[in-house]
Amino acid sequence: MNATARRVAFRPNWLARAGWLLLGAYCVIAVLSLDITWERFMIGLDNGAEFFGSMIPPNFERWRLLIKNLIETLEIAVIASAFGVAFSLPIGLAAARNLMPAWATWPARTIIAICRSFHPVIFAILFVKAVGFGPLAGILTLIFASIGFIGKLFAEAIEEISLKPVEACRAAGAPFMSVIIYAVLPQVLNRFIGFATYQFDANLRNSTMVGIVGAGGIGGTLFAAFQRFDYDFLAAILLSIIALVMLGEYLASIVKAVFND
Amino acid sequence: MTSRTWRRFTPAQRLARFAIYLAAAIALALSLRTVQIVPEFLYDAPAQMADMFTRMWPPDTSNYWDEVHVALIETMHIAGMGTVLALIMSLPVALMAASNITPVPALNWLAKLILVSSRSVNTLVWAILFVAVFGPGALAGTMAIGFRSIGFCGKLLGEALEECHKGPIEALRATGAPWPSIFLKAYWPQVSPAFWGITLFRWDINVRESAVIGLVGAGGIGMALDTAINLFRWNQVALILLCIFAIVIAAEIVVTKIRENII
Repeated sequence: MNATARRVAFRPNWLARAGWLLLGAYCVIAVLSLDITWERFMIGLDNGAEFFGSMIPPNFERWRLLIKNLIETLEIAVIASAFGVAFSLPIGLAAARNLMPAWATWPARTIIAICRSFHPVIFAILFVKAVGFGPLAGILTLIFASIGFIGKLFAEAIEEISLKPVEACRAAGAPFMSVIIYAVLPQVLNRFIGFATYQFDANLRNSTMVGIVGAGGIGGTLFAAFQRFDYDFLAAILLSIIALVMLGEYLASIVKAVFND
Repeated sequence: MTSRTWRRFTPAQRLARFAIYLAAAIALALSLRTVQIVPEFLYDAPAQMADMFTRMWPPDTSNYWDEVHVALIETMHIAGMGTVLALIMSLPVALMAASNITPVPALNWLAKLILVSSRSVNTLVWAILFVAVFGPGALAGTMAIGFRSIGFCGKLLGEALEECHKGPIEALRATGAPWPSIFLKAYWPQVSPAFWGITLFRWDINVRESAVIGLVGAGGIGMALDTAINLFRWNQVALILLCIFAIVIAAEIVVTKIRENII
């Protein structure tokens, strides 16, 4: 009996193995070109131990400043979410290709694509230049980020709806706004609420970040504490950010539970 | 016959919804009243924006090769290596989070805690921490990208592992296969499509994020952007923004193509 005709349970996949080899080779090249060495890593670990040592215990002495900045962060998130949701509702509707003609979808899709193309931090830099340091730049940044995110998902949700109620309303002679309110929105409202609460959550996380480039909120304090080697205050700020983000997630889950039952 | 009005929701449901709308409106009103905005800055904004864009135009391509190109390659390497690092670190966490593989609730909770804390700290904040640990440079950026991605990859991978069919696993176990073989030949083939999908998705996100972590000194194109902004070289800023835009779009196209053709 021929040995090659024997059935092998798990045949070796040479293509996949070559792929793994390529990936390994890329990792070696990338690590070498990034100048990552074991020595640097070990020195870093020593630094890290010292760094975390100086973070403990967290210093909550300047809690007034902390609370003030946390409230500003929260305000930025609330305002940006409200306006972002308000703007992305019409933009998302206009971008849905099954309801709107091409002259409406193209501009709306372009707006969404522009809002999504850059990281919020880059928008924050540009807005800091345009409107100066402070929460206004952060709010504008997060409004753009929200339009990009909710607008896209909302348009996709509308494109997936059943068209039967729409046709029924149109056949009854309903004007355009009535079709939207009675045939389209009831089908997508739950998902829209889901996107909006998720975006509020994301805005809360991101509003801690935009402050790093001067756009208001707790991020500015965080970066200042870092640059002054004020590591125990840094630890306090990080802990309060995590607490705030978890509070946001909790609120979002309550809202979702109310609207989904 | 009394005429009845039909309502979609019970009074309690309507009350709950109304309470949420009211709370949102109150939060918005309070925020708008107390947030410190200087309205003059807002009126001034269009003029400032126009000023910025006229300074940016035309993009300064003269020192692309000696300043921007190297930083772009570094950014791509940070994104790639950060994703690889994240996958290596998230695999054990995902195994620990999947309740069918680790039937110990305490370990599941520990894994969930790791995943949540990885996700609730922003990439830029991770980058700040790692710059303090490893000093400025690509090493800090790679670690920041990796640690931020653990939460995302570990959560999705853990969910994929939990959804595995039991058939192949029990068959292999019945033959007396050791655990590594069970993982490689029963779990892995079932989760590998999800694994590569997660990898691609996260890599796409990481390309965007690795372009900005340089703002806090963690290497890549962001450092060049930060320098150009601090020196008010707006033509250079425009070039860098165009380059970032190009790699983000390129990454998205690559991911879409791979997803259509292979997965």
